[in-house]
Amino acid sequence: MCEVIVITSGKGGVGKTTTTANLGTGLAAMGKKVALIDTDIGLRNLDVIMGLENRIVYNLVDVVEGKCRIKQALIKDKRYPGLYLMPSAQTRDKSAVTPPQMVKMIAALREQFDFVILDCPAGIEQGFQNAIAGADRALVITTPEVSSIRDADRIIGRLEANEIERTDLVVNKLKIDMVRRGDMMSVSDVADILAIPLIGIVPDDENVVIAANQGEPLVGNATLAGRAYKNIALRVMGEEVPFLNFEKRISIWTRVTGIFHRN
Amino acid sequence: MGLLHIIYKKPSGKLAKDRLKILLISDRLNCSPEMMEMIKMDIAKVISKYMQVDAQSMEIQITREAARGRVMKSPILYANVPIMDMKH
Repeated sequence: MCEVIVITSGKGGVGKTTTTANLGTGLAAMGKKVALIDTDIGLRNLDVIMGLENRIVYNLVDVVEGKCRIKQALIKDKRYPGLYLMPSAQTRDKSAVTPPQMVKMIAALREQFDFVILDCPAGIEQGFQNAIAGADRALVITTPEVSSIRDADRIIGRLEANEIERTDLVVNKLKIDMVRRGDMMSVSDVADILAIPLIGIVPDDENVVIAANQGEPLVGNATLAGRAYKNIALRVMGEEVPFLNFEKRISIWTRVTGIFHRN
Repeated sequence: MGLLHIIYKKPSGKLAKDRLKILLISDRLNCSPEMMEMIKMDIAKVISKYMQVDAQSMEIQITREAARGRVMKSPILYANVPIMDMKH
């Protein structure tokens, strides 16, 4: 049984591509056969986050236009046996693909993969419609900021209108010390406002930038974000994993020394 | 800014949540402030057939929380209509 998941957010820069890369890699690391599809035509980035930018020959638009077979456009990631990436076209725009074409392509991918993960572009225009066209379920990514939550709410409305079976929430870039001071909305505040089930909490972690620099997804490693992404992958497969407790990690010693670090 | 003001200042996270709650209701309903004003005026007009109301200090609000803080599935329209005198 194949599951097609779209990763979306409305607002740009909240972590859709990072989540796509890490969720896909996490699922592949657990032995699943995964296809990652970058649907952001004209502004592709999933290839560079995955570190596969030098291996692109064909892309999504070539497949849709019949210039190549699906298999030719899928780049095999050598790190995991079941991980493939279909890059997007860089020289075209969103109108190069239509929702029915996406549905048709995804139907073909369903036969070969356990998971198809679609990286959705920002916005609610055609790129978004293309990305959600063939999806069974969605992960909505938001940061605990007003602009991002507002856009996420719009997106949730659109997903409901398009009859996506299941929509889950990922709260990304959570700054734990700001939440503790009361200067950032907590995860429960965000989940409360958006009123959809929570599937992941990813703390704001410098290692995400380092991993992007290296083109190496950080899922599964010992960093906070790496562990958070691994848990999301497990929950996507239906396992019940408790949420990481970030509060607990601050020891008394760090608090004492923290006084001197304050500016 | 006085010391009391600093102590009792609402944390910005709480402020953000309160602002979003109100903002998302109008986003979800696609209901503009002008439309809210028109609804308010129409309610006042209907009720004033039966009793004298104070349309100026009347308030209407759309929320998801019913009385006793219960969260409802669909939004609820609340109207506070001060009655000045009953017409008989």
